[in-house]
Amino acid sequence: MLAPILDALSWIFIIAGIVFCLIGGYGIIKLKDFFARLHAASLIDTLGIGLVFVGLILQAGFTLVAAKLVLILIFVFFTSPTATYALARAAINHDVLPEVETDEERELVRLSKTKEARAPQ
Amino acid sequence: MMFAAAAAGVVITMLLVLVRSLVGPNIYNRILSVNTFGTLSVMLIAIYGFVDDRPEFLDLALTYALINFIGTIAVTKYVTFSDMGHGDDGDPMGDI
Repeated sequence: MLAPILDALSWIFIIAGIVFCLIGGYGIIKLKDFFARLHAASLIDTLGIGLVFVGLILQAGFTLVAAKLVLILIFVFFTSPTATYALARAAINHDVLPEVETDEERELVRLSKTKEARAPQ
Repeated sequence: MMFAAAAAGVVITMLLVLVRSLVGPNIYNRILSVNTFGTLSVMLIAIYGFVDDRPEFLDLALTYALINFIGTIAVTKYVTFSDMGHGDDGDPMGDI
């Protein structure tokens, strides 16, 4: 009795995840500066893979397959923000700066560099 | 059938992401794009395991996730410090 409901629910999750992936991919092409693209990529890394894997777990049921999917999901949830952070720090220290308009925002961008990168100025 | 449709959606996203790695104005855009491509290939392998009903593919997906993270960090570190670890003068280059 529960099986059709779980099946429908899992497909809703998977389709939502794929939609988020497509939006993220479109954003990576369309957005104007590097940090905006980083934002679009993190959509794929969190909501995209998260929703798709939750859908696959519901399809798999209470098995070893579901346990492996949970392992991958936990791993990606920890590593993807770490990689994004490392990439953003490397970029901002090498003068790939976000496009901003006001002086206040420019000051914030300057302060966001790490101490070693700020020192030579 | 539905799994094949999901796999097709992931493949389309991979193509979109690949465009950025080809046209990307600097190295950071390319690293970002390749990192996202890796995440999407983890998804594709996991979904393919369900398409073909072969759960062994999940082990491959887990390995891809591990290699993808190490690769991104390694390339970012190499681009930042032009070195993978301690320099010739014994000066620690710092962790990223």
